[in-house]
Amino acid sequence: MSSGSDALRSDLAHLYRRAGFGATPAELDAAVSAGYAPTVAALVRPPSASDQGVLSTPPPQLTVAPAPGKNGTAAQRKAYQARVTTEGRALTLWWLDRMVMATNPLPEKLTFFWHGHFATAMSKVRSAALMLRQNELLRTGGLGAFDALDLAIARDPAMMIWLDENQNIAGRPNENFARENMELFTLGYGNYTEDDVREGARCYTGWRYNQNSDVFVEVAQRHDNGVKTVLGHTGNFDGGDLITILTHSEASHRWITTRVWSRFAKTITTDPVVAALMPTYAQQLNIAALLTATFTSPPFLQTKGELVKQPVEYVVGALRALKLRADNQNYLGYLQALGQVLFEPPNVGGWTFDDGWLTTAASYTRMKFARYLAAHGDISAVADEPVSARADAAAHLLSVDGWAAQTRVALAQVAHDPVSVVTLALCAPEYVVN
Amino acid sequence: MPRTMSRRQFLISSGVVGGAALAVGAGGITLRELLVAGKRTPLEVGTKIVVFVTMYGGNDGLSTVIPYTDKAYYAGRPDLAYEESEVLPLADGLGFNPSMTGFKKLYDAKQLAIVRGVGYPNPDRSHFRSMAIWQTASPGTPQVTGWVGRWLDANGADPLLAVNVGPVLPPMLAGQHCAGAAVPSSGGVAMPTGTYGSGLRALDTASASSAPLIQRVAQSGSDLFRVATTFGPTLAGAKAGGANDLAGQLDLVARCIAANAPTRVYSVQLGGFDFHADEKDAQSTLLGQLDAAVSGFLTNVAAGPHGKDVVMVLYSEFGRRVAANGSQGTDHGTAGNIFVAGASVHGGMFGDQPSLTDLAMDDLKYNVDFRSVYATVLEGALGADASQVLGGNFPKLAFI
Repeated sequence: MSSGSDALRSDLAHLYRRAGFGATPAELDAAVSAGYAPTVAALVRPPSASDQGVLSTPPPQLTVAPAPGKNGTAAQRKAYQARVTTEGRALTLWWLDRMVMATNPLPEKLTFFWHGHFATAMSKVRSAALMLRQNELLRTGGLGAFDALDLAIARDPAMMIWLDENQNIAGRPNENFARENMELFTLGYGNYTEDDVREGARCYTGWRYNQNSDVFVEVAQRHDNGVKTVLGHTGNFDGGDLITILTHSEASHRWITTRVWSRFAKTITTDPVVAALMPTYAQQLNIAALLTATFTSPPFLQTKGELVKQPVEYVVGALRALKLRADNQNYLGYLQALGQVLFEPPNVGGWTFDDGWLTTAASYTRMKFARYLAAHGDISAVADEPVSARADAAAHLLSVDGWAAQTRVALAQVAHDPVSVVTLALCAPEYVVN
Repeated sequence: MPRTMSRRQFLISSGVVGGAALAVGAGGITLRELLVAGKRTPLEVGTKIVVFVTMYGGNDGLSTVIPYTDKAYYAGRPDLAYEESEVLPLADGLGFNPSMTGFKKLYDAKQLAIVRGVGYPNPDRSHFRSMAIWQTASPGTPQVTGWVGRWLDANGADPLLAVNVGPVLPPMLAGQHCAGAAVPSSGGVAMPTGTYGSGLRALDTASASSAPLIQRVAQSGSDLFRVATTFGPTLAGAKAGGANDLAGQLDLVARCIAANAPTRVYSVQLGGFDFHADEKDAQSTLLGQLDAAVSGFLTNVAAGPHGKDVVMVLYSEFGRRVAANGSQGTDHGTAGNIFVAGASVHGGMFGDQPSLTDLAMDDLKYNVDFRSVYATVLEGALGADASQVLGGNFPKLAFI
């Protein structure tokens, strides 16, 4: 293999770690043949109806059921909670398995990104069906225009319950969604004033989701028809107008570009690369265009190993590499111990990142998870090699560029035992970072 | 000098890490290590121990310490207000939320100080920014270190001096040279032996030439090994439940205190106070959990040798708007209460109750800077130079 080919293979492995959950050797072989830019183009695509992995993981059939209100009996409330718990577990395991099985990983990776961005937790929404609906929205709308996505999220039932939009009425508005939509979803902290939050809350008044009939309505008599001033714009705005104003502001262009770079390339607050990418995004607020620009930007290839795999990324990547499915509840236990359960972010700010994940407790859980996986997964690519070649075979299996000297020493000590080789490879710093 | 990229990120950008926390260079330790350390260097009776309870989400002070004789209280929040007959009366026309029976007993025993009207200049109503302000004690410019972390820096940089219960550490405990330790909330750690075990050990030998994140992975792994090889299988049965199980976290703290662990500051947390809608019953329920956990803990430690040493401090990132919104909840506000409890605490009312009519942007005006409370704790309980830690002088209060 030429060194040029090695460099391309390394770049593509990086791309697959960031755009997906890491490549298999076969995926890398195909990508090397195709070239870098065509591989980006093949990844940055909406979910395909013919993706065999998607077809083999249909979502659970869930229906929206009215929650027992204050007048419900204790038995009704208990039954409802039991349903939420059971369906929630099924939903969480389903999404994990979908991430593992999807042939094109990018739609799932991007959906996961948006789930952290518009962080919504089942513990308050209390409906797996509505969490699934939001999940589908993030999947189908996640590559399109951001103004449309933010508007759809603003009217998404799970979000409406999560941030109390449902009860926002003229005269005494509820600021919860208005604030977090500015601070976390569209503008970023410091790019709006307290007056903007309060005026913004007035714009959303009258929106209502009725869980009994499962419909969204705009209740005219609850809407504030007065003039509002937000970000320097003045008019009788409604929620849709406000979202247009927010998402088309320069602050929002910067915030979304920064968020995408921070999660797919390297964590930053300010960086010249954002200014370079912003014009592409600003044209049509198109996320696919921003992702393509991100992955093909020269600085992107300088960010190898500069993120830490989030627990979900770590678990999904390892399952894909070892050809296992997320088919039992044990995997939810591992994710719980690692601190990241899908559909249950700790708050509206989403999950921690980078070395926030590198705790002693997480290290211990990774070790146990890796051992379980190595014992149950397909490690023939390592086991079939002679002892002296197993470290390299493990790097190949996990699409790691190579091992540092210290890791080689460790792998050499266990080379006689393929399960231990793969366990250590999964715990190695070179694999834990992304 | 920033300790790590992500710490700087948290403090500057807000909303990314949020109120959660960040990992620390010192890495975690197990409960067992802490307990064994207590045997080697036991904390002397009479040395104060501070337990911080962070109430995430912005607790509604006016539904906690209720101004039940103030007409403006009923006018501002008719659907949320408690009647005089419901509250647990204290003094000055104030009474506790009905669910806070344990706090009421502590107050009557003069073991609970209520500091009223606590805040800081130019209040920030973002959960994430305001919590960073409280934890770094820096309302003006973003700070890279937490205030307890700076105390650690000035006191020999020993991570065992400040311990968080839970795998992630709040920024409060992160200093420049040292960060407090994190005790995992689930106790058991049993490391493998044999060739596999020694292979794992070799894996986590950090190389100084590696990239910072690579070093951090190796460090967290080797810390784990150091703990397990030194102390063997960990204490069975130690469990602090989930992230929001305050009673479980405090039970773990009580065990550490009873074992004379050398720790001077503990950090525990309870979330869920962000009641924008349907607040009344839900907040009262959560306050009831808080009340039971805190009073149970104080009863527990009172029976031990350090019963008079424990000082608990409870705070939240902000209070809430005086007027309710239209959904029977309250939006983000400003000034709130700090509670300080313990057998040696001088109980009573401190600070002034903020006016419900003389408001700033519809919110309460603070009259006690939160750093005054910190200064009192630093000097009165930790014997530290408060101005060094806080970067200024703040008048002390008389609760210690």
